[in-house]
Amino acid sequence: MTTFSIAQSLDQALQALADGARPVAGGTDLVVGSRQGKAPLPDTVIAIDRLDELAGISLSDDQLRIGAMVTHAQLMVDPIIAEHFSAIADAAALVGSPSTRNVGTLGGNVMNGSPAMDTGAPLIVLGATAELQTTSGNRQVTMEELWVSPGKTSANADELCVALNMPARPANSGSAYVRLEYRRAMEIAVVGAAASVTLDDGGMVTDARVALTAVAATILAVDLGDALAGKPIDEASLAAVAKIASETATPISDLRATDRYRRHTVGVMARRAVEAAGRRAGGETIAIPVNRTLGIGASQ
Amino acid sequence: MHHMNLDVNGMSYPITADASRNLLSVLRNEVGLTGTKEGCDDCECGACMVLLDGQPVNSCSYLAAQAEGRAVTTIEGLADGDDLHPLQAKMLELGGVQCGFCTPGMIMSAKALLDRNPEPSEEEIRIGLSGNLCRCTGYAKILAAVGEAAVEIR
Ligand SMILES: Cc1cc2nc3c(=O)[nH]c(=O)nc-3n(C[C@H](O)[C@H](O)[C@H](O)COP(=O)(O)OP(=O)(O)OC[C@H]3O[C@@H](n4cnc5c(N)ncnc54)[C@H](O)[C@@H]3O)c2cc1C
Ligand code: FES
Ligand code: FES
Repeated sequence: MTTFSIAQSLDQALQALADGARPVAGGTDLVVGSRQGKAPLPDTVIAIDRLDELAGISLSDDQLRIGAMVTHAQLMVDPIIAEHFSAIADAAALVGSPSTRNVGTLGGNVMNGSPAMDTGAPLIVLGATAELQTTSGNRQVTMEELWVSPGKTSANADELCVALNMPARPANSGSAYVRLEYRRAMEIAVVGAAASVTLDDGGMVTDARVALTAVAATILAVDLGDALAGKPIDEASLAAVAKIASETATPISDLRATDRYRRHTVGVMARRAVEAAGRRAGGETIAIPVNRTLGIGASQ
Repeated sequence: MHHMNLDVNGMSYPITADASRNLLSVLRNEVGLTGTKEGCDDCECGACMVLLDGQPVNSCSYLAAQAEGRAVTTIEGLADGDDLHPLQAKMLELGGVQCGFCTPGMIMSAKALLDRNPEPSEEEIRIGLSGNLCRCTGYAKILAAVGEAAVEIR
């Protein structure tokens, strides 16, 4: 790297990007990647971690806005996120270690575009869009439009992700994220799944969404068909969810797991995510992260 | 070359270094504080843990220039003259130190934990130290030392 600066204003950051600089937030992907030899540091880097415009979590009547520089440590304890957008808190609490969560940001996780990223599946099931800004304008893209392939997004180089936005939650809704892991910290998801569930007064599902982690080139939204709609969450509907999730997955084999193992276990994760989301939709409190509370993933 | 002013343990250090330098190497080689250790150099082991505005960060994987304007605390910033910080004293007393290579990072993670949670459960101590590896002790004595230091501090 030849040039480094710390952005003092959003305009300065946007202009720097327009001039070819790359942003660094917490650096837990960008700087760590350069140390591991994945990619050298860009020639010109601008730190965006101190911009007020990219900070903070705010809930209005119809929308939640999470600033791109909100860290995993903030997400896992924020009362609005934990109560109403629980899947994001479940995911943030699993990231790395306390230091990774302290500097690692939601915007960095999203823009890094790893198919194993933990906040991705939650953002999809919660209907999030990424707000991308340049010196000349601002657009919203869905997560499915944003993630193209491992490590690649559809954002242009001059676009800064300023926030993740998503609709406020309907009544009787719950969400959850679970992942299969081999150890309890400093881990990458073997596979993972997020679910969002809305119930009617009789406990029947009126809306359900599932998305999968680390089983395709990007985070994958699942088409549940009529597996859950109009039905209770019971053994039959959960078995149907598991089957559809496994069939939707197109995993690879690598040193962490074979494709067959991933295909099977992602179904198990999907049904557990739906089960936990359904219990939360029914008013039950399951402490963040649901992985630890329900003993999913690695135990002691 | 990049000019930066680093605030380390309450002292200001004007430094000129390549912009790509990590905080760890600048602390050790420019500031001259070698208490912070380099284990893996790619964010796996926690030997390089320092505090940035009181929160833990792996200094091997953080740009030194990005720490400008924030308070950096290293292991050298904990003792008060010859009086060791309770975390340091308990680690020695209870045998939480063997080769000592992980110890500075371990103590910095523990410090951040106790500053935000003065009465951690054993599970919370485990989570607080989950980014720090130790090849010697088996962790039990480290957990005990942090637990006892917490009692002493409050
Ligand atoms: C030890 C360790 C453990 C980890 N564990 C996990 C884990 O369990 N789960 C997980 O999902 N991830 C994990 N990660 C990966 C990483 O911590 C997360 O992806 C984190 O959220 C990245 O955020 P950051 O702010 O550090 O990003 P940075 O490294 O600063 O940036 C990442 C990329 O996004 C770009 N970028 C950042 N912000 C913006 C923006 N606002 N607009 C446009 N582009 C932007 C940068 O230019 C860079 O290309 C781990 C990393 C480490 C080192
Ligand atoms: S030297 Fe920084 S984490 Fe190992
Ligand atoms: S005492 Fe040797 S690595 Fe911990």
